Amino acid sequence: MPRSTKKSVSRTKGSAKTAKGAPRKTPAPKAQASRVLVMVATRKGAWLYHGDAGRKTWRVDGPHFLGHIVNHLMLDPRDGRTLLAAAKTGHLGPTVFRSTDLGRSWKEAAKPPAFPKAPEGEKGRAVDHTFWLAPSNASEPNVWYAGTSPQGLFRSDDGGVNWEPFSGVNDDPQYRVWMGSVQDGTPDGPKMHSIIVDPRDSAHLYFAMSGGGVHESQNRGRTWTPLVQGLEVVGGFDPANITFHDPHCVRLCPSNPDRLYQQNHCGIYRLDRPSKEWVRIGKKMPKRVGDIGFPMVVHPRDDNTAWVFPMDGMTVWPRTSPDGLPSAYVTRNGGKSWQRLDSGLPASQAWWTVKRQAMAADARDPVGLYFGTTSGELWMSRDEGKRWAPMAGHLPEIYAVEAAEI
Amino acid sequence: MRVLIPAPLHSYTGEREVDADGATLADLLADLDRRYPGLRFRMIDEQDRMRAHIRFFVNGEQTFDLARALSPSDSVQIVQALSGG
Repeated sequence: MPRSTKKSVSRTKGSAKTAKGAPRKTPAPKAQASRVLVMVATRKGAWLYHGDAGRKTWRVDGPHFLGHIVNHLMLDPRDGRTLLAAAKTGHLGPTVFRSTDLGRSWKEAAKPPAFPKAPEGEKGRAVDHTFWLAPSNASEPNVWYAGTSPQGLFRSDDGGVNWEPFSGVNDDPQYRVWMGSVQDGTPDGPKMHSIIVDPRDSAHLYFAMSGGGVHESQNRGRTWTPLVQGLEVVGGFDPANITFHDPHCVRLCPSNPDRLYQQNHCGIYRLDRPSKEWVRIGKKMPKRVGDIGFPMVVHPRDDNTAWVFPMDGMTVWPRTSPDGLPSAYVTRNGGKSWQRLDSGLPASQAWWTVKRQAMAADARDPVGLYFGTTSGELWMSRDEGKRWAPMAGHLPEIYAVEAAEI
Repeated sequence: MRVLIPAPLHSYTGEREVDADGATLADLLADLDRRYPGLRFRMIDEQDRMRAHIRFFVNGEQTFDLARALSPSDSVQIVQALSGG
């Protein structure tokens, strides 16, 4: 059976309350999984890295889809063998490829995510690329969600073969205003991302939009509510306007699904439900580094531990490591303090950074961390970030990294 | 009629040239999609717009009109305009 971070939570909703402020930890698995799979999606294709039990040797499998822009490559944690890849090329339209044998063979989705045809005389939207793939929880074995650019939310009920627009959010007039136009989005298009299914309740969903804020549904997408209280926006703009909110990456803690962490355009935040107010925990980051970045990674068993990878968000937003000195940062106390984790990383003149989907954790003990850079390097740590080592180099620009145990 | 397929789409057709039928370019693309599922969406978006770098030629003449009438003796060339890095 596959072992995944999401499957480590099996209790029913609301059944695991602990004293306020108490760290919530779940025990490490007694028997370690036999293999770790690291999935790397790049601007020019995808690669799979099969690690041994000690994560010391890796067998590379790839490239898959050489020349395709692969924005995300995800393993289905519910069966441990189905992979979905969100792909397009610079010239051909977007699609989703599916493998049911861990990448030995691939088949294209019969119906990839696409907006409905607009009525005559109206200008309809077209999916430029699928950006984010998210499996539902264990109670819905064949259900997947996808977020696209421009922002759209899609769902598949058959394991990723056929995709349909999900809920009314894609066409909701208010949401369309909050989504903004292409000019309001990131340089390579506005994105829907961070689609999260509560592991206790498949009707409880979150998604985020760059830009357009974080949103929550308690009724399987029938209605959505913005969840932006406490989040800051760029100076001079009104935080009450959802359009101005730019969450970069939101993660739910597998060991405590009531806790979420967020890396935002304007800082690092934590949210403890049922509160609706995000708390800016990035203020405790070193001032010379700041708390701007893209990825957000949570510990599979400890809801007080999370990692970020800051980037330079000054002036024209170079999107490089601050001062050319890349480093992850970890908090072990829910954001009260942060420690720099740069052992093994370049000590000077390293001007790459890490995109929002390009950093991940496995579920082993100690946790393995993996990140891919904009310069095509893949790095790993076997000890939760204490020491880093290069795992692969000379890849195309890395868009996404995922880790799973199989 | 004979249809020239650009190299990035050979993974669908397996061939450089294929046969397909249609009274219009739109019909031809629908027939191609029946024969090679998924092919059309890589070239035409969900709003029936030609994708940015895909070009269609009928008997050597470029057309942007999916309603362009075709006859069985026509030849159709689909071209991917290479660009970027």
